[in-house]
Amino acid sequence: MKAIEVKGLKKKYRKTEAIKGVSFEVDKGELFGIIGPDGAGKTTLFRILTTLIYPDEGEARVEGLDTIKDYKEIRHIVGYMPGRFSLYQDLSVEENLTFFATVFNTTIEENYHLIEDIYKQIEPFKRRKAGKLSGGMKQKLALSCALIHKPKVLFLDEPTTGVDPVSRKEFWGMLKKLKKEGITIVVSTPYMDEAMLCDRIALISEGEIMKINSPEGIIDEYDSRLWKIRGEDMHRLLKDVREYEGTESCYAFGDSLHITLKGGEESIGGLEKFAEEKGHGKIRGEEIRANIEDCFMKLMKK
Amino acid sequence: MKKVIEAENLVKKFGDFTAVDNITFQVNEGEIFGFLGANGAGKTTAMRMLCGLSKPTSGEGRVAGYDIGKEAEKVKANIGYMSQKFSLYNDLKVWENIRLFGGIYGMGSDEIKEKTDELLKRLNFENEKNTMVKSLPLGWKQKLAFSVSIFHNPKIVFLDEPTGGVDPATRRQFWELIYEATDRGITVFVTTHYMDEAEYCDRVSIMVDGRIDALESPMKLRETYDAKNMDEVFYQLARTAKRNGG
Repeated sequence: MKAIEVKGLKKKYRKTEAIKGVSFEVDKGELFGIIGPDGAGKTTLFRILTTLIYPDEGEARVEGLDTIKDYKEIRHIVGYMPGRFSLYQDLSVEENLTFFATVFNTTIEENYHLIEDIYKQIEPFKRRKAGKLSGGMKQKLALSCALIHKPKVLFLDEPTTGVDPVSRKEFWGMLKKLKKEGITIVVSTPYMDEAMLCDRIALISEGEIMKINSPEGIIDEYDSRLWKIRGEDMHRLLKDVREYEGTESCYAFGDSLHITLKGGEESIGGLEKFAEEKGHGKIRGEEIRANIEDCFMKLMKK
Repeated sequence: MKKVIEAENLVKKFGDFTAVDNITFQVNEGEIFGFLGANGAGKTTAMRMLCGLSKPTSGEGRVAGYDIGKEAEKVKANIGYMSQKFSLYNDLKVWENIRLFGGIYGMGSDEIKEKTDELLKRLNFENEKNTMVKSLPLGWKQKLAFSVSIFHNPKIVFLDEPTGGVDPATRRQFWELIYEATDRGITVFVTTHYMDEAEYCDRVSIMVDGRIDALESPMKLRETYDAKNMDEVFYQLARTAKRNGG
């Protein structure tokens, strides 16, 4: 049995089709990423899987249980950390945690080992009201509360949005440890670099899954040759490269530009010459392997 | 070179907590200045002082030619501001949003009218003039929000995480708008959690525990910290933080 099975799921809000027929499966114990921008349908998907809303069409199963018929059972075995902080702001850190433990008929002590690494970082502030915590501490408390009943499947909706790169790395470190406990984790993120940390990912855009595979697998499937170039005046270079007739796509990537050429061109020599004529000096294109953002942008164009 | 921001020994304390700990820096006219730091490092507090929204505990600052302590209202009138969280009114039409912000910044109605048409044309938005902002796609909203923030032609615009949550293509289009604005002489002060975007800035500062611990061009920072990219630079600096801001 799979941890999650989703078949032909659709959901509309008035005229807006939030999810347009989505199907996928998640294996037990897998760290599965749902990667896509705001408005792609990530939260709707999470809300269906956690039995908070009904789909219009299709079906979804969590640990073999139907999200409509068996919603009560599902609620016992999943943990959900919504994108918006939704703990009780007027309760203290400890009160929030006790509350969630009690609701699920357990105690903090019983599953303390699961949350220990995370909770001990905020334990010094356990008497502080949740509303008075910093963003990073709220995130840790929310994760602790979602874990306290030892869920079989953990749903994390954009846990790292607005979080700085160092704290994001730390958070993903925590997820890796939870994975070792055998918990299935479904996590969504708009940060493409985090895709590499998942076992498998679904790239989602405008309510549709464009691709599902391991991150490496998705990169392997990128079927264009890709070059990177650097210049002194990057903005002018970008404009000039876009003007070059052989250019198919050109995007800025940190300190370089990533370029694909029309018609599966074998060499970037023509573009190098063009750039030199435009006054960019001697520029050397280097062929590179695509990253997830390259893949995402290419899939979006289709 | 003309300075649009001059901060000297700026300090902001809340009780006995020093949120911003004596920062001194300048931003040149026409520059794209990246303002980085971990959550809780003091970025927001520093930015609020520079925008005239919060009085420094000590130190001085001039933004767009005005003193942030004594001439806060003039500072506010001469800057633009956009954040991902708040920028436009969803329940107003496109043109109504533009008129509202133009009015707030003291532009006359003739000027607003004329520049509105100009703006809609430049953005290819002519058919969306009467559209409710809430029904615009996110990428369009952002474009509009940015254009509105510089509609009154400020000397400098503050962008607070302007690209959070958008798809990679839209994120890049947004940076092209930023470049266009600098071509028109507008100085850009931007915060971001995307380290590749730090590379698009002329200079970058990195705040740690309320201080500015590094300020250089991305290339020099990479050299100084012997790092492959800005992500590594940031990681090296931010992990020295003692604060549990997180």
